[in-house]
Amino acid sequence: MTDTTSRDKAAFLAVVKKYEGVHDQSGIVALDPVNGPMIRHWAEAMGDTNPVYTDPEAAAATHFGEVVAPATMLQVWIMRGMDAGLAVNTVTGELYKHFTDNGFGSVVATNCEQEYIRPLRLGEVVQYDQLIETVSEEKTTGLGVGHFITTLVNIYVEGEAGRELIGTHRFRILRYTPHRKKPKAAPAERALRPRKVVNRDNRAYWDGVAEGKLLFQKCTACATPRFPFAPGCNHCASLEWESVESAGAGVVYSHVTMHYPKFPAFDMPYAVGLIELDEGVRMLGNVLGVTHDEVRIGQRVQVEFVTHDAELTVPAFRVVGEN
Amino acid sequence: MTTANPASLTHAEVSVGDELPPLVLPLTRTLIVATALATRDFQDVHHDPQLAADKGSPDIFMNILTSNGLVGRYITDWAGPETELRKVAIRLGAPNYPGDTMTLTGTVTAKPTAEDGTPLVEIAVVGANKLGNHVTGTVTVKLPEGADA
Repeated sequence: MTDTTSRDKAAFLAVVKKYEGVHDQSGIVALDPVNGPMIRHWAEAMGDTNPVYTDPEAAAATHFGEVVAPATMLQVWIMRGMDAGLAVNTVTGELYKHFTDNGFGSVVATNCEQEYIRPLRLGEVVQYDQLIETVSEEKTTGLGVGHFITTLVNIYVEGEAGRELIGTHRFRILRYTPHRKKPKAAPAERALRPRKVVNRDNRAYWDGVAEGKLLFQKCTACATPRFPFAPGCNHCASLEWESVESAGAGVVYSHVTMHYPKFPAFDMPYAVGLIELDEGVRMLGNVLGVTHDEVRIGQRVQVEFVTHDAELTVPAFRVVGEN
Repeated sequence: MTTANPASLTHAEVSVGDELPPLVLPLTRTLIVATALATRDFQDVHHDPQLAADKGSPDIFMNILTSNGLVGRYITDWAGPETELRKVAIRLGAPNYPGDTMTLTGTVTAKPTAEDGTPLVEIAVVGANKLGNHVTGTVTVKLPEGADA
């Protein structure tokens, strides 16, 4: 079910609320008469050994005078068998279809209230009619979100003296959308690392990386090396510079281990080193070859170009020994 | 008559506050499926574990017609074959899943008189499993009046 706005919910509630107080078909006839085999199956399954349900002689010795159906089988006689729930050619079926069509496809019974006016005897055929009593507003339950529907069924037998009420059956069900379990993580493609940002100031650096060269800048006025790439010299303010290729060797000047936040593109935790190259500039990069907790200030490192995806290759620094 | 019926309690023998002996029911998968079918309830959640899972349930679970039947059985087991059930009102809570056990307990809570003057007995029933109360309800019965009634 897609997200439902409060307006949609109100519209849906208005539709289903119209069924409150509506009488469904009347005089529906049970599929089978009250009969010994169904009673026996029921009693066996329930473990109910009450002899008045199955033993004519024992029943005759009680005030019942004959075999009677278990009172709590009342609803069994009006069940519709395998086709139950499929029929929509009733008002109740139509109401239920509104629920299934709107995502409330699951159903669970929550309350049953039965009154028995007299026991049912073998051979009697019950008839019944159904009233839709109430349809609740949307409720959030332990099972899911849904609506409670309460129906009242009158069950009677047609006798010589006319219709005789045998019992009443008030039933409440919850039609709901189950709470979804957290979907299993699909083996999705690995998230991409942040993209490099190339501009006029740093284009020479990234061009160098593309060729497998680690470049830094050198001021052509005062010869001061600098990194990262910038328009002017911090020492003499000259705007004139040249690119110089580093040998890629240096030491861990400082480092930090990233635990949080957990970026999906990175194998957490990981170490970031501030590397001081032998040519006198410092660069940031992943430290390779040791675990994050084995990185130490002063370790000798050598640059390596690591390709993460088709568009991203960045320098990282592999530990090659202690300083 | 060849069968001796179990004795039945009389109205006079029952007092408010009486506790019924507990009934401990192992909830086997067979019980849950057999009772669902015996109550003519073919909803898949009562016999098909995969379809039950698709509907958000960890397993199949007992249907309400069976909970209702077991509550009725609990009362007539206690009071005997002369017992006439007049009303059973139940509310379901924690589902009865296979492998669990339900213990039914009951207490006589009232001895009301019906509109037509019939003396009745009211019993509060609870059926608990390891998840909590599966069923709570009230059963109203008519018992034989007995010598002192």
